[in-house]
Amino acid sequence: MSKTDTTSSFNQFQGTQGYIASTPLMDAVNCAIALERPLLIKGEPGTGKTLLANHVAESLGMPMESWHIKSTSKACDGLYVYDTLQRLNDARFGDGDVQDIRSYIKPGPLGRVFAAENRHVLLIDEIDKADLEFPNDILREIDEMRFTVLETGDEVIAKQRPVVIITSNNEKELPDAFLRRCVFHFIDFPDRELMKEIVDVHHPHLDTKLLDQVLIKFYWLREQGELRKKPSTSELIDWIAALLRSGISTEQLEEHIPFLGALLKNEQDTVGVSSYQERGGRMPAAWSDLGAKYNQ
Amino acid sequence: MFLDLFYGLRDEGVPVAIQEWNMLMDGLQKGLHRSNLLHFYYLSRACLIKSESYYDKFDRVFARVFKGVEGELDITDEVLEWLDDPKNFPELTEEQRAALEHLSRDELYQRFLETLAEQTERHDGGDKWVGTGGRSPYGHGGEHPTGIRVGGPAKSRSAMKVAEDRQFQNYRTDETLDLRQVKMALKKLRRLTRSGPLEELDIDGTVDETCRNGGEIDFVYRAERRNNIRLLLLMDVGGTMDPYFKPVSRLLTALHEEHALRDFKAYYFHNCVYDNLYTDASLIRRYAVPTADVMHKLDERWKVVLVGDAAMHPGELMHEFGNINPRRESQTTGAQWLARINDHFQRCIWINPDPKKYWESTHTTRAISQLFPMYHLSVDGISEAMSALIGARPSAPGPTH
Repeated sequence: MSKTDTTSSFNQFQGTQGYIASTPLMDAVNCAIALERPLLIKGEPGTGKTLLANHVAESLGMPMESWHIKSTSKACDGLYVYDTLQRLNDARFGDGDVQDIRSYIKPGPLGRVFAAENRHVLLIDEIDKADLEFPNDILREIDEMRFTVLETGDEVIAKQRPVVIITSNNEKELPDAFLRRCVFHFIDFPDRELMKEIVDVHHPHLDTKLLDQVLIKFYWLREQGELRKKPSTSELIDWIAALLRSGISTEQLEEHIPFLGALLKNEQDTVGVSSYQERGGRMPAAWSDLGAKYNQ
Repeated sequence: MFLDLFYGLRDEGVPVAIQEWNMLMDGLQKGLHRSNLLHFYYLSRACLIKSESYYDKFDRVFARVFKGVEGELDITDEVLEWLDDPKNFPELTEEQRAALEHLSRDELYQRFLETLAEQTERHDGGDKWVGTGGRSPYGHGGEHPTGIRVGGPAKSRSAMKVAEDRQFQNYRTDETLDLRQVKMALKKLRRLTRSGPLEELDIDGTVDETCRNGGEIDFVYRAERRNNIRLLLLMDVGGTMDPYFKPVSRLLTALHEEHALRDFKAYYFHNCVYDNLYTDASLIRRYAVPTADVMHKLDERWKVVLVGDAAMHPGELMHEFGNINPRRESQTTGAQWLARINDHFQRCIWINPDPKKYWESTHTTRAISQLFPMYHLSVDGISEAMSALIGARPSAPGPTH
């Protein structure tokens, strides 16, 4: 396993101080950069999909532009918006330069990245929120890195090919033609070891015994099939912050789960787990109380 | 060998095309695999596979195709190369390295085979036999610097290990019933129509009206798009259906809570539909509603989903007074009731939790599947079923709209 690979431009992204990336994720990011393909990231909510783009930008030293997709987003919004109503209004009241159509054309995130002088990281966040046809509509622009403003006939060509990172929450299926052009990575839920590294980034120098207890409770909760919403990494980080503030001891944590509200966001889940605690249900206190998956 | 991977994936039904393959070839040309099987595994997965539901199939094909590239008893060039590279043994002191110099890789390989031939039983520890935790050069988890790893976990994760782990099994969509994924499949049940109050600004309309008005701005509003689907669920409860009751009803209530549907009703029955349906899964008389009334109240636009294993005694379906509960006998046979439902509603489908292979061999299941299109209760099955509910009616001359 040679690690002295300095000749190729590959292997640029190594994770940053604030973001721990697993080997497969790093490979996928670097593959997308080298092949100049968009990178499609899927994964459970709270596994750091959106954060990834920030940290790729940071680690590559590029500026970042984000385009947050909503259910009403149209592909054209990303390129440019032609403000018809403003122009109509100006024409009616004699404001502004109505003759110059260009002053009513506002570039969208994609348009800005194309027009920029330096290479950008472009984040297209939660692409699955938009209409089914949306991904197909931006295919050509992302493939060829150019588009034409219909109203003026101007062609916008990317000066520097941006690094495109697309996240999806899996709410809708994406069209095949779109998938074919992407490099794909699914962020698996972090295992015990990776999670320790991640926690260490946010809460350095945590007592190892306390950390163990915290993670045992956390993974135990995630194993409960009845939960409507499993706690995720970001909730774990918040929960630890709450625990640290309250100065709770490792022993106290062994018997019950305080600040349940920081981990569970559904009322029925919270009620279910607290009534289990009140009934004197057994709480796991060691890794051996969890399944074989955690005891290899 | 690479083509084996490509065709192996296609044989498993993973959608990979030339385009993905070219992407992988580009990647290899650029050296993205860094001459390492683990990185090759990640690279090929990122290029070829576009959904986590295929990760498991990829793992299986990869493990099959590249078995022997490392581990097991078959040593290929790649492993021999690895043995040649001193960088692979960072734990080694200079002395040890020098001592090993005279042991060529062929010798090492030869000795490995000999040792293996001599050995007849499982071995852990020690410094000669192939086994685990020892100091012999062969086996795994050991400390011998040039050890040939034989199966099992290595100190750093290997591609084979990762593939053999099959940690993505739960993301398969043809066997599992994950709440979130099914919700996604149910989202196919969507037919948006504009109805309700006029609250959305219609820009095109506004521009048109303003022009027509000679430049006086005239705003035009229109109704928001809403889902126009009404869904009727008829579910078999009790007996063999018990394990499925909870997940299915939870799913459908979740769907209804999200106001994704225009209207939703659920009724229950046991084994087959007869004169009465029940509004509660306890099926006690208090909750009985005449089936004819339900059909009378709901018009043909309602989409009907029947959930049940369709496996029962043929008499329960075909005979008069066939109801398994003798106190609730009825003159109309179950088959007649099912046919009436099918005639009344434009779209009816049946979802069956039993695996497909049993459908043909059960008499009643076969009969019912001739009446209703039948789908398996899995993410893929539900997804197909929802497309069938929404799409054009495939066969049957029934009324079209």
